[in-house]
Amino acid sequence: MRNLASLLFAGGLAFLLLAIASQLAFGTPSMRVGAEILAVAPDEVGAANLVTAVLLGYRGIDTLGELAILFAAATAAGVVLGRRHANARRDPPGGEVLRTGADLLFPLLLVVGLYVIAHGHLTPGGGFQGGVILAAAFFVIILAQPTRHLRHSLISWIEGLAGAAFILIGLWALVEDGDFLAPLLGQGAMGELLSAGTLPLLSLAIGLKVGAELAGIMAHIAEAEAPDA
Amino acid sequence: MMSFTFETVVLIGALGLAVIGALGMVISNHLFRMLLALAIAESGANLLIVLTGFRAGGVAPILGAGDPAASMVDPIPQVLVLTAIVIGVGVQALAVALLIKVYQAYGTLDVRELRDRMDADVAAAAGVEADASQDAPAGGRPLSPAPSRGTAGFGRRSPAPADGLRP
Repeated sequence: MRNLASLLFAGGLAFLLLAIASQLAFGTPSMRVGAEILAVAPDEVGAANLVTAVLLGYRGIDTLGELAILFAAATAAGVVLGRRHANARRDPPGGEVLRTGADLLFPLLLVVGLYVIAHGHLTPGGGFQGGVILAAAFFVIILAQPTRHLRHSLISWIEGLAGAAFILIGLWALVEDGDFLAPLLGQGAMGELLSAGTLPLLSLAIGLKVGAELAGIMAHIAEAEAPDA
Repeated sequence: MMSFTFETVVLIGALGLAVIGALGMVISNHLFRMLLALAIAESGANLLIVLTGFRAGGVAPILGAGDPAASMVDPIPQVLVLTAIVIGVGVQALAVALLIKVYQAYGTLDVRELRDRMDADVAAAAGVEADASQDAPAGGRPLSPAPSRGTAGFGRRSPAPADGLRP
């Protein structure tokens, strides 16, 4: 009975979505703000990657709000999982092969993550994507060696400083330019590593914050007490 | 009626992912499977949002990459989805944290078993017999009686017996 109702629900949902989709003019976006931004963003912001220009230039305050959501989720996960007992059981370590592989992957993942963050205004990538790659470097270490202890205070400091840096850059722009998070420092030459004003700095702050937050969540989950044998 | 071009197939695929995820959330009885279904539904929704910015023959919105004369796709849905993905990861991590706590407290993630054990806990805390609540129908309940292991009340229960097999 319940399965039948669920199937009916899913069928109705699919029908509604298809009915909406058949009305869409697919391939010709109906929103005009996108075309407008594509026209003015290269001259206004100076970032080759227009997605980053929108993310950090036109929608910077929304990005700040999204960072706040991520921070709330990370904090809530930490609160829910709590502190482990000193003598609680831990998961066994992953063994020689996994440990060596993790040690080998860790610096490479760090380099890739920092590269993706630093080139966020030029190529596909940016703070969010690079931050997740940075966090993945720590995931690998934590999963291979559950006994290794990640320092929560250091993670919290990185997270807090990165978030504060993002807001301070925004306030600096507010004082200097009159708009919160307006790009500063001039645009530079399009396509250079040091161009697009403060966008690379904001990208770096987001990357460090996202990386530290996700690594902190993973450390909390890994330190959750294993079921007592 | 839509003709089955490549774009239509992609659009229907995204719709299908969203529907499969929604169906999985409703139909499954295991909390972790519900979380996986949520992730599937989320990717379907993200794909749909990206597809609304698609422009026929458009290139990625990056200057200096590809044909400069070609029109670019709408960057705004991509920005929205970019952050939605990372937030989705954060929300899933929070959900996993909650699941870990549920498993530590009740030793199972199966919704039906959880319901039975929580009923038993509530009944024990209220000091009544597990199957004798005032709202119970006169003919008794069709559910099997809840297992009454461990301590009474909302305290930590011992996990499921299967865990004892591990060294």
